[in-house]
Amino acid sequence: MLIPHPLLGLRDSQEFTYLGDANLMHRPDPAAENAEAAFCEYVFLRDNPAGVHRELWFHEQGDRSWLVVTRDTTTHEILGAELASDVKLGAAQ
Amino acid sequence: MKFSGFKVVKEALTGHKGWQPLWRNPEPKPAYDIVIVGGGGHGLATAFYLAKTFGELKVAVLEKGWLGSGNIGRNTTIIRSNYLLPGNEPFYEFSMKLWENLEQETNFNSMVSQRGIINLIHTDGQRDAYRRRGNAMLLAGADARLLGRDELKEMVPFLNYDNARFPIKGGLMQPRAGTARHDGVVWGYARGADQRGVDIIQNCEVTGFKIENGKVLGVETSRGFIGAKKVGVSVAGSSSRVMQKAGMRLPMESHVLQAFVSEGLKPTIPGVITFGAGHFYVSQSDKGGLVFGGDLDGYNSYAQRGNLPVVEDVLEGGMALMPMIGRARLLRSWGGIMDMSMDGSPIIDKTDIDGLYFNGGWCYGGFKATPASGYAFAHLLATDRPHETATGYRFDRFNRGHVIDEKGVGAQPNLH
Ligand SMILES: Cc1cc2nc3c(=O)[nH]c(=O)nc-3n(C[C@H](O)[C@H](O)[C@H](O)COP(=O)(O)OP(=O)(O)OC[C@H]3O[C@@H](n4cnc5c(N)ncnc54)[C@H](O)[C@@H]3O)c2cc1C
Repeated sequence: MLIPHPLLGLRDSQEFTYLGDANLMHRPDPAAENAEAAFCEYVFLRDNPAGVHRELWFHEQGDRSWLVVTRDTTTHEILGAELASDVKLGAAQ
Repeated sequence: MKFSGFKVVKEALTGHKGWQPLWRNPEPKPAYDIVIVGGGGHGLATAFYLAKTFGELKVAVLEKGWLGSGNIGRNTTIIRSNYLLPGNEPFYEFSMKLWENLEQETNFNSMVSQRGIINLIHTDGQRDAYRRRGNAMLLAGADARLLGRDELKEMVPFLNYDNARFPIKGGLMQPRAGTARHDGVVWGYARGADQRGVDIIQNCEVTGFKIENGKVLGVETSRGFIGAKKVGVSVAGSSSRVMQKAGMRLPMESHVLQAFVSEGLKPTIPGVITFGAGHFYVSQSDKGGLVFGGDLDGYNSYAQRGNLPVVEDVLEGGMALMPMIGRARLLRSWGGIMDMSMDGSPIIDKTDIDGLYFNGGWCYGGFKATPASGYAFAHLLATDRPHETATGYRFDRFNRGHVIDEKGVGAQPNLH
């Protein structure tokens, strides 16, 4: 698989390590009342969709940036990639 | 029809006209007591033990494709009970004991072959870890032997013992482990279940559940609605996909695992050998092909095929371990979808929906579990209580902090 890195162009997926669902960027609030249950869901439960999946890849053997890659889990087709820092900034606004 | 040596001779002499299909192909009835979703090894074993051991009479297995089209027909057929943790080892040893009697129980040749497994040791630390594992196995009533380098060299002389980076210093062996013919397991359980009245319905995909007031009433399928008092879901790699139709999110990711087989060679590899310093394990099939595999591809996948980097990684592991295979040609490779759970261990449990039961999270190790998984799931479905060897396999172990994490790598499914 080739991942279209927003800054470096097409890169071999072998340069990356895979973490999982991009929702892992949204850590629950540890001070919230339901924090224990929320963390349990956050750590252990996944949507695990068959189809389009947004997921975190780390460019370990490259520029060491985190990417949010959009990929179809039924075909392995990669539909896009963004810098995770941009996605996070967008979510914060 | 009963299989026996006498029957084989008789058929050979009379033109093989007396063989019959191994199971019927019935139309689905409007309702059953128990409906099993998924006609893989686990679903069929569940139906078999439900009928045989627990006396359930109205049972159906619904399979979206044909029997054996899932992981049960794609795995590398290793059976073993060499686990460490108390939540796992008694269960897998129970499975091993069921394997040992499987062919008598199903009257079907599943080619269970206890030719032994050897996990190689490359460092002193690894020897300590394997000694501990071996002791845990002995405590649970399984068998284990720590092999020194010389003894090992006599058994498997063809390994690269003096690899500069990963010298081989010994191994942990389970002599009772081995392999079985995966298709033979499917067919044996299917035939045995069918003979005891279970309806096996192929080409019947479950597309939804009918749930009212927190109770399941049946399943919607590609062949219409089928009523059920209890529904047991056993769909391996499709677990999240199917349970999502009942509104559940699972502690699971689906990942692809690849396997490989070489051209047929003369008998060289006596049992199963696993590389302790890389991702490679190998055995030899009765046809002579070397059957081997390695690690997951590592990203969520439902594609039933993997990519080339893992092919390269597995073959490098093979070359490091036994350079002699470099001349063998690769015949086939394929992939299957693993239900990778968050702690690497399975779930056999009720759900919050009355009458809906779940069996999954088998990761890449569910073939060896097939008999015990079927037995334990049948036990749960029939009696509403977990089997004594499967009490740890609950959904709520994650929120209670009682995960069963053999490798100790945490909630990262691609590392288990
Ligand atoms: C390459 C590879 C190597 C492996 N090697 C080993 C090994 O050496 N040792 C070991 O112990 N394990 C091994 N495994 C793991 C083992 O094969 C699985 O854990 C086990 O087979 C899973 O249980 P099953 O047989 O019930 O799954 P499956 O055979 O996958 O059965 C699930 C069934 O459910 C059906 N299904 C899915 N969705 C629906 C639906 N909506 N409606 C109806 N039916 C549905 C599927 O079609 C499928 O037939 C390996 C797996 C792979 C892929």
